[in-house]
Amino acid sequence: MSDIFTVENIKRISGTDVRKCMKCGKCSGRCPAFDDMDIKPHQFVTMLGQGRVEELLSSKAIFNCLSCMACVERCPRGVAPANVIEAVRDTVERMQGGDAIKAEDIPAIVDELIPQQLLMSAFRKYKK
Amino acid sequence: MKFSYYPGCTLKTQAKDLDRYARLSAAALGVDMEEIKEWQCCGAVYPLAKDEIGVKLSAVRALDYAKHEDGLLLTLCSACHNVIKRVNDDMRNDADINLRANNYLALDEKYNGETKVVHYLEMLRDYVGFDNIKKAVKNPIKKKIGAYYGCLLLRPGKVMAFDNPENPTIIEDFITAIGGTPVKYPFRNECCGAYVKLVNPDLTERKSKKVLENAKENGAEIVITACPLCYYNLKQTPCEDMEVVYFTELLAEALGVKD
Repeated sequence: MSDIFTVENIKRISGTDVRKCMKCGKCSGRCPAFDDMDIKPHQFVTMLGQGRVEELLSSKAIFNCLSCMACVERCPRGVAPANVIEAVRDTVERMQGGDAIKAEDIPAIVDELIPQQLLMSAFRKYKK
Repeated sequence: MKFSYYPGCTLKTQAKDLDRYARLSAAALGVDMEEIKEWQCCGAVYPLAKDEIGVKLSAVRALDYAKHEDGLLLTLCSACHNVIKRVNDDMRNDADINLRANNYLALDEKYNGETKVVHYLEMLRDYVGFDNIKKAVKNPIKKKIGAYYGCLLLRPGKVMAFDNPENPTIIEDFITAIGGTPVKYPFRNECCGAYVKLVNPDLTERKSKKVLENAKENGAEIVITACPLCYYNLKQTPCEDMEVVYFTELLAEALGVKD
């Protein structure tokens, strides 16, 4: 798959227009996972616009985004950084071997109080 | 007052108290919660990718069921509420998702977002009324209580239309109605660290700790939530003299129906 096709595909499934970004940085300023993001939310938007897809696909930040929608809420331009991050993560996980969690690893890390909601959301986010 | 009720998977397992106290309280307030038949898991997270469709169908099925009852779908778990409300918005405003969901489901009549999704807290505020709850209270909860909104009830604000996403008051108003003293603290609408718990538990633990410490610094004795995942993450966080409970438990206690 060529890079340009991957870039266009990420833009399409994100459903957001990265060209509307005016680089104010409010999204990253509000991000609760900021310290754990090797690429910050505003950089996802900028870098996707620049077509820097290799860097995005190898970021660790895609697994630390909490989908809390704080970045989307604060954007004064109606851009959705969280959607860009999810589109990049889905692109990674839809590739063979791209899953970030495996079912067989789960029993070892759960306790008896773990809510089904946590397992369900993690599987939706980290496994395709 | 009758609502079709969507409990969701966690309320049948780890969060039975959230569900049980909601039902007891609703009965005391004259609200009929009729559980919808053969509901399916909502998927717990709203899929942000525009090309995902299969993962939205269970929400549409629940919405369509409620459409044929009284047109009101009552939710309680914050995650179910977020997913179902956002999918309903897609069915109203996203022609592509509407077309694909309807093509797949082949319902007798197309579903176009007719159902109104109502969270239990919205039901208390908009259908019962906090003033009426105040009158029904038998045992006022005389404690300093911090509302923990988290993310899912509030954001994205335009779709959820639950309350002001940056400065909400609905849970504080609820606390006042049951006789408590609401404690406002800055981190009440911050994320608890959510599902990242499974891949980077350290991040989740830092986030939850910050929420509880912030509530404590501002004088809260109890933190209340409507989300089983927030509840779990906060409960896992060591914080001395801080209780975390589902809001329905305090409601049942205040109404004198807690068994």
